[in-house]
Amino acid sequence: MILSNTEDVPGRAIREFYGVVTGSTVRSKHFGKDLLAGLKNFVGGELKGYTELLHEARQEAITRMIEQAKALGANAVVNVRFATSSVAQGAAELFAYGTAVRVD
Amino acid sequence: MLEALVQLGVPLFLLALGYVAGSLAEQSHYKSIRVRELRFRRMATTNLRRPPVHWRIESVGLVAGSTVVSVDYFKRFLAQLRGLVGGRVRAYESLLDRARREAVLRMKEEAAKAGYDAVINVRLEASNLASPLRNDRGTAGVEILAFGTALKLAR
Repeated sequence: MILSNTEDVPGRAIREFYGVVTGSTVRSKHFGKDLLAGLKNFVGGELKGYTELLHEARQEAITRMIEQAKALGANAVVNVRFATSSVAQGAAELFAYGTAVRVD
Repeated sequence: MLEALVQLGVPLFLLALGYVAGSLAEQSHYKSIRVRELRFRRMATTNLRRPPVHWRIESVGLVAGSTVVSVDYFKRFLAQLRGLVGGRVRAYESLLDRARREAVLRMKEEAAKAGYDAVINVRLEASNLASPLRNDRGTAGVEILAFGTALKLAR
């Protein structure tokens, strides 16, 4: 599966459109990690626990989007975008979406 | 007496800790950023949506890099002081600058590892992570995400 955030796959022509595909996951922060991040708040800098958590979650969202695209018979997803929204205290939704297409 | 000492001492200690640890971490981070930026200087990275027409493209993929950062106690204190009179909050500027450059570097590292030569249509996004500890006062951190379309070019 080819992914891109441009309007087409550079160097290839789009033959068919299969519509918008989406993938999302809602994650809550691990309590231990949260405590560590709370401490880290005094010192500042990168909160590695959160970086990892969000990275994993985004990968999961992408994987789900790809599955949906595969089911439609697509071989690429173009114009991929990401969105993050806070659903509740301590939980975040990671969302990926794009247009499933068939390219040469 | 002892109580007053503790009440005054704890914030002072946290300020000192934030200042020392925060500026040390910032210095070493900037150093590492500069070194890595030089190393990846040759990888073409652009926010143009299309590659130059003369590029012959072999393969395409999505790459991303992200980081979550938070300000230290000392900077937060500085920013609160600044909030009284308004104006430029330098303490936060450097934090966001570091985070953006780090995210872009991670994206480039991912692209290099996968064998890509360039990244086009680079986008940078920031999102606030609400703090569960402080009833939404302040933030737990900011996530900076950099992503783009990586290209492998035919030689």
